[in-house]
Amino acid sequence: MSEHTYTPGSKFGKWFNDRLPLLTLGDHLMNYPTPKNLNYWWTFGGILTFCLITQIVTGLVLAMHYVAHADMAFDSVEHIMRNVNYGWLIRYIHANGASMFFLAVYIHIFRSLFYGSYKSPREVIWILGMLIYILMMATAFMGYVLPWGQMSFWGATVITNLFSAIPLVGDSIVTWLWGGYSVDNPTLTRFFSLHYLFPFIILGLVVLHIWALHVPGNNNPVGIDIKKPSKDTVPFHPYITIKDLFALLIFIIIFAGFIFFSPNILGHPDNYIPANPLITPTHIVPEWYLLPFYAILRSVPDKLGGVILLFGSLIILLALPWLDSGKVRSAVFRPIYRAFFWVLMIDVLALGYVGAMPAEGIYLFVARVGTAYYFAHFLIIMPFLSKVEKTDPLPLSISEPVLTGMPKPELMRDSSKLDNV
Amino acid sequence: MDKSGKKDRRDFLFTASYTVGAIGIGATVWPFIDQMNPDSSVKALASTEVDLSQIQPGKAITVLWRGKPVFIKRRTSEEIAEAKKVNLEDLKHPEKDEDRVKKEEWLVMLGICTHLGCVPLSDKGDYNGWFCPCHGSHYDTSGRIRKGPAPTNMEVPKYEFVDNNTIKIG
Repeated sequence: MSEHTYTPGSKFGKWFNDRLPLLTLGDHLMNYPTPKNLNYWWTFGGILTFCLITQIVTGLVLAMHYVAHADMAFDSVEHIMRNVNYGWLIRYIHANGASMFFLAVYIHIFRSLFYGSYKSPREVIWILGMLIYILMMATAFMGYVLPWGQMSFWGATVITNLFSAIPLVGDSIVTWLWGGYSVDNPTLTRFFSLHYLFPFIILGLVVLHIWALHVPGNNNPVGIDIKKPSKDTVPFHPYITIKDLFALLIFIIIFAGFIFFSPNILGHPDNYIPANPLITPTHIVPEWYLLPFYAILRSVPDKLGGVILLFGSLIILLALPWLDSGKVRSAVFRPIYRAFFWVLMIDVLALGYVGAMPAEGIYLFVARVGTAYYFAHFLIIMPFLSKVEKTDPLPLSISEPVLTGMPKPELMRDSSKLDNV
Repeated sequence: MDKSGKKDRRDFLFTASYTVGAIGIGATVWPFIDQMNPDSSVKALASTEVDLSQIQPGKAITVLWRGKPVFIKRRTSEEIAEAKKVNLEDLKHPEKDEDRVKKEEWLVMLGICTHLGCVPLSDKGDYNGWFCPCHGSHYDTSGRIRKGPAPTNMEVPKYEFVDNNTIKIG
């Protein structure tokens, strides 16, 4: 951001800005040059910021009424629902907000996968994003434990037991995580503490994520490098702010639909039964956003193997910028990769579906094929394609296909597809 | 010569400072890690006495010990015979039935699936023992893993018979 030459208009502004250049930062954020062809898949960054702030604000309020104790947690949640003024609303916003947060983050991640936003020079943005995603999963998991219902308790038991698969020290680690010999009050209180902390770590990472984004600038649907500022860019404000705001309003309508018309549809009825360490629910399922990983875990008949694949499925995402070394970013110009992109999407959805089903028969078979494809996609197909795929010719600039009046035919076809996505 | 001597002395001081610093940081961090381990009150709940006189043959009860369910099953002679006739080579985690019980009529074990910690259901599964609904592990009448993802047999806790009708777990 050293290229800034902004001078505040007022004398006080100048005096202040010389001491703390906040106004320069504001000017940078307002005039930040943005590719003019960004489509609506690029609005999810703003939507995610909204989700994070919503979760922090509603969570802060819930913490004023919630009691983190094994004997009182369940009742205190019911107290919020029945007695606290608008408690039902705030809790439903928070609970459904987690789902909406994940919905948005999955769209955001698949956007990056389609348009190659993880590629050089944006590797650090991608890695920070993946760290945010992993922290989000940890935060959501611990939040789900807090109501201390049956799914809370047994979800916590199953997930913490993943660590017992580690050779030699596994059992000690699990005892340490629990603060006892089973999931109990010490586990609940520490989960509450960490559930409160993690969103602020996420917030810090989001600042770094955006900072790292503002160094090279946004990728764009054609995935080519552009000069900034130039005819290919528009200032962030008002062009992107208004577009983000419009998308956010649509998002909030859907969000409100869940909150007011089916607030419990994404939850599990068993979590309205208080936790009972003697009875395991017949069918434990995690929240929907963790299901693909749960399917991967259960697809392996070996405990340690399942746990390794589960964590491996996340860790390989961190290495993605190096697994796919191809120079062409956007799948618009990568016909074969584009096909595999959709296969991956179907694969992840299928894994999510079988993750919710009992691990037997056809479901187990689908989970195994799905898991195999997931790893093959990132470890074999992407590195191989990035070496051999014949990509379509790239335009010289964002404006070129339009301004020359002679767009390349294959580009036209692809661009129209893009708009329909 | 003189200069290099000074350099050695400085290197030594650096290394010594780093070492002392690292030990100090480690010693400071440890209490913050160890506070998460089971506290004294949790450790104090170490043993539970259970009266067995009301349990009929073929029936089982579940008691809570250290927050964990313990299965106490009074096995029928068929169940004992079934557990004994199993060939050790067929087992994923080979253990003789005799080594898992103190009196062969009484099977006492932690009612926790060794896969991911769910509580298995009794009289279910392919081996007439227990079946874990979470991820499909089957246990036999001795609580040994026979099929499914669990790596080991259900654990036998430390226990002793106080008299013929009472056991003390822990």
